[in-house]
Amino acid sequence: MSSADTGTEVTEEAPAVDERRDAIVAAVAARLGDAVVGSHVEPGVDVWVRVTRDGWAEAAQAVHDLGFTFFDFLSAIDWYPNIHGKNEEPPTNPITVPATSAELEHGVTGGETRFQLIARVFSPEQKLGVHLRCDLPDDDLSAPTWSRIYPGADWNEREVCEMFGIDFPGHPNLVHLYLPGGFEGHPLRKDFPLLARHVKPWPGLVDVEAMPGEPDDDAEAEGSEAE
Amino acid sequence: MTVTEHERAFITSTLSESRINLEIESDGMTLNLGPQHPATHGTLRIIVKLDGEQIVACEPTMGYMHRGYEKLCEFRTFPQVTTLVNRIDWLSHFANEVPFILAAEQLMGVEAPPRAQYIRTVFFEMARLGNITLFLGEMGLQLGAMTALFYAFRDREHVLNLLEAVTGGRFHPNFDRIGGLKDDLPKGWIDETKAVMKKIRGFCDQMETLVMGNEIFQTRTRGIGVIPKDVALGYGLSGANARASGVDLDLRRDNPDIAMAWKHADFKVWTHPDGDSFARYWVRLQEVRESTHIIDQLLDGIPAGPIMAKVPRIIKVPAGEAYVQTENPLGWMGYYVVSKGDLGPFRVKIRTASFNNVSVLPWVAKGLYVPDIVTVLASLYFILGDIDR
Amino acid sequence: MTALFALELSYWQETVLKVVGVLAAVLIPAGAFVQLFLFKMVSHLQSRLGPMEAGPHGSLQAIAEVGKFIQKEDIIPERADRFVFKLAPYVVVMTVLLVYLVIPFGPDMYFANLDAGVFYALAVSSVSVIGVLIAGWASANKYSLMGAIRAAGQLIAYELPLVLAVVGVVIQAGTMNLQGIVAIQAQGEIFGWGAIGNPFILTQFVGLFIFMVAIQAELTQTPFDMPIAESELITGYMTEYSGLRFLLFFIAEFAAVGAFGALAATLWLGGWYLPGLDFDANYMNVVGPIILFAKIMLVAFVVFWVRFTYPRLREDQLQAFAWKFLIPLSLINIVATGVLKVVF
Repeated sequence: MSSADTGTEVTEEAPAVDERRDAIVAAVAARLGDAVVGSHVEPGVDVWVRVTRDGWAEAAQAVHDLGFTFFDFLSAIDWYPNIHGKNEEPPTNPITVPATSAELEHGVTGGETRFQLIARVFSPEQKLGVHLRCDLPDDDLSAPTWSRIYPGADWNEREVCEMFGIDFPGHPNLVHLYLPGGFEGHPLRKDFPLLARHVKPWPGLVDVEAMPGEPDDDAEAEGSEAE
Repeated sequence: MTVTEHERAFITSTLSESRINLEIESDGMTLNLGPQHPATHGTLRIIVKLDGEQIVACEPTMGYMHRGYEKLCEFRTFPQVTTLVNRIDWLSHFANEVPFILAAEQLMGVEAPPRAQYIRTVFFEMARLGNITLFLGEMGLQLGAMTALFYAFRDREHVLNLLEAVTGGRFHPNFDRIGGLKDDLPKGWIDETKAVMKKIRGFCDQMETLVMGNEIFQTRTRGIGVIPKDVALGYGLSGANARASGVDLDLRRDNPDIAMAWKHADFKVWTHPDGDSFARYWVRLQEVRESTHIIDQLLDGIPAGPIMAKVPRIIKVPAGEAYVQTENPLGWMGYYVVSKGDLGPFRVKIRTASFNNVSVLPWVAKGLYVPDIVTVLASLYFILGDIDR
Repeated sequence: MTALFALELSYWQETVLKVVGVLAAVLIPAGAFVQLFLFKMVSHLQSRLGPMEAGPHGSLQAIAEVGKFIQKEDIIPERADRFVFKLAPYVVVMTVLLVYLVIPFGPDMYFANLDAGVFYALAVSSVSVIGVLIAGWASANKYSLMGAIRAAGQLIAYELPLVLAVVGVVIQAGTMNLQGIVAIQAQGEIFGWGAIGNPFILTQFVGLFIFMVAIQAELTQTPFDMPIAESELITGYMTEYSGLRFLLFFIAEFAAVGAFGALAATLWLGGWYLPGLDFDANYMNVVGPIILFAKIMLVAFVVFWVRFTYPRLREDQLQAFAWKFLIPLSLINIVATGVLKVVF
C-alpha cells in the first residue's frame, strides 16, 4: 500500500524505514525466538507481529515487559468469505466458496487457518502500539488466556468465546457476555446468517449509485475509479 | 409474586452464570441494580452481593443493548457503515464516525483537504463539549444535586443549536463523508461559535462553584473508587479516567500523524494523581474548558479551500487492514477495518472506550458502600451503547 | 376558638369543628407548598418553567395531581404484608396531624392548649419513624427495606439535635406551653427596648441553625435524603406505594414541612404575632393565622432551597455529622443558655 500523498496537503513524506517499529519487531523476536512466524511494518503507520498459538501467552508477557502495558483490545477474525453476501453483489460476481482453509485469503502477515486472534497493546512511554496475531488450528479452537497478564482481556475473551466459539483455558469465568443464556451458535462467524437479510433483501438496493460494471447515468467524470 | 419452580430454575441458571447463588442467602443480601435503574445510565445490570451496606462482590451483566454492530458492518457499504456507527455512543455523535472514516481514507490513500480537517476537528471537539457538559451536570444528579443537571442541559442547547445550524441535525449530524465533509460552514457561524464558547466557559465556572466546590460533593467523591495507575493501564482505561489516575496519555497530542487538525492547536493535557471519583470529575471539567480554547484557536486559523477530496462516487476501498484510534469524549475509540477490496468492509472490530472503562468495575467495587457504587459509576461515565455495541 | 364567634357549641360539635380545622390547617400548607415550592420555585431555580398546563400558569397543578393520584389502581405487591402495608401511610399522616394540635394560630385559635406543648409536639413527631419502618418492611422489596433501615438510623439520630435545640428555647422562655412562648416573645424586651419584643432568633440563633438542619433530616430532604435517595433506591421506603397511599405519604411529607415550619416559627420567629399589633385583640384571630402562614412559608422556602442545591450525604457521613457535630454543639448551646439566663 502506498502512503498517503494524493495532491492534498501532507505534513511529511512517510519514511521508507520506520526505525522504532522495526526495533519493536526485533525486540519481540529476540524474546520469543521461534514463536514469531511473521511480521509486517507499515512505515509511519503501524506494526503487526504474528506468533504461534502456543507462544500466545508468552508473547503477551514479552510485550508487557517491553513496556506495552496499556491493553487495547483482543478479538478474532474469521477469514472465511462472507457467503451470505450483501445481496447487492450482482450475479456476475459469484463468491467462490473455498474448499479448505489453505485457500483462504488472509491479510497482512499472512496466515494459514480460518480463525485468527488479533490483539493490540500500547506503550504509554513510546506512544506506539503493536498488533499481535496468531492462527488457531481448525480442529482446536483455543488459545491460552491473556487475563493473567492484562486484566482487561477478561471481557474481550468472553466476547470472542461467545461470538466465535474460541475457548480460552485458564480464563476465570468464561460465560456469555452479551448473548442471553440459551443462545445457540456463534454470531460473528461468517457462516452464521444475518437473519434480517434472509427475511428481506437489502433495502439499499434502490440506492442511486449504479453497480460497478453497469453504466452510470450520472457523469462518471467526478473522479477516477478506485480500480 | 409466587415464583414457580420453572421460573426459579430459570432464574437460578441465569444467576449461576453470574456466579451468585440464589439459594444460599444466609450471608448478606444480593441486590440487583438494574437493568432499569436511575443510576445505571441505561440498561446495565449489576448484581451486587452485600454485607450490610458494603459490597462483597459485584458483577456487571450487559448485553441488553447489544445490537451486533460488528456483524452489521459486514453487510453494508462503507458510507452506510458511517451512518450505522454514529449510534454507538449516541452522545458523541460525530466523533464515532471519524476513526472509521480515517481508516477508510488511510486504506484508500486519500486525505481530506485541510479545511475539511479543521472543520472535522472542530465538530469533534463540539461533540466532546455536548457529551461532557452533560456529564458535569449528571454527576451532580447522581449524587443528589439535581439542579446541576438542568443547568447542563440549558447550556448544552447552545452547542446543539450550532450543530443544527450547520448540519440540520442536533444529535446525529451525519456530516462526515469519506474524503471530506458534506457541506461547508454557513456564513456567520464562526462568530456565533465563539460566543457560545464563552457561555460554555461560564458554565464551567458555575459547575466549579456549584458542584465541585460543594463540601458534600467533595466528601462523597474524594477517596472513593481509587484506581491506581497500573490497574488503569492493565484494564485499558482511557480518556479522562486514565488521566485522572495519573496516566499522561492523550491521543490528540500523542498521535501527530492522524489526519486531523489538533496539531495546529495549542492545548494542555490535564492529569490528576489521585485516581478517585473527584479526580475524574475535575479532569473532565478542565477538558471542557480546554476544548473551548481548541475550538477558538482552530476557528481563528481555519484555511480556505475545498472540503471534499477527489473520491469516486462509488467508494471501493482497496484490500488491506488499518486501525485508527482517536481520543473520543468517553475515551479511546478505534476501528480495526479489514477490507478485501469490495464495496463494504470484510471485518470491523470496534474498540469502544466504555467497554474497558466498565470492566474495571468488579475490581473497584469491593469494599465500597452501595451509595459509592453510584458515585463510581457516575464518575466512570459510560454510555450503554458504547459498552454493548 | 368558639369565643370568637360567641357561639355555644356542645362538645361533639366542637370536636367536629376541630377535626375539620386540623384537616384544613394541614392540607392548606401542604397544597401551598407543593404548588408554590415544588413546582414553581424549584422550576425557576433550575431555569425552567415548571407545569404550565393546569390553570393559568399551572397554578391548579396541585389539584390535578390529587385527582390523578386518587383515580389510580390500588396495587399491593403479592408478597407484601397486607395489613401493615396499608397501615403505614396512615401512621405517618396521623403523626403529622397530631403535631398541628398544639400550634397556636392566634390568641384563641388553637386546638388544644397543653402545658407541655413542646414536649408533646416533639414526642408525637417521632412516631412517624415507625410508619417509615413498617412501610419499608411490608413492601417485600429489597430497595424499600434498605431505605427503611437507613431511615430508622437517620431519623432517630437526628431526633436528638432536634430536641436539644428546642431545650435552649424552653430554658430561655421558662415554659413549655407554646402559647406562652409566643406571649413571652411578644411581650419581652431586649435590654429594655420593647419595640420588637424578644424573638428568640436573636439569642437562640445557634439553636435555630441546629433545628433547621435537624428538620431537614427529619423530613428526609437532601442533603439527608438517603432513605429516599432517588438515584439509588428509586423512592426508598415508598417505592411500592402508588395511588392514594402514595398521596398520603406525599401529603404527610409536605404537611410535616408545614408542621416543623410552624414549630420553628413559633419557637424562634415569634409565632402568630407581629410587633406593632395588639396582642389580645379579637381581630388577631384572623390576622394571626395569616402571619403564621407567612412565617411557615419562609421556613419552608429555606428548606426547599437547600434541598434542591446540595448533593446528598452518605449514611455514615450523615450519622457522623449528627453525633460528632450537631449534638455537642447543641449541648454547648444549652449550657450557654442556662448560664446567660441566670446572669441576665
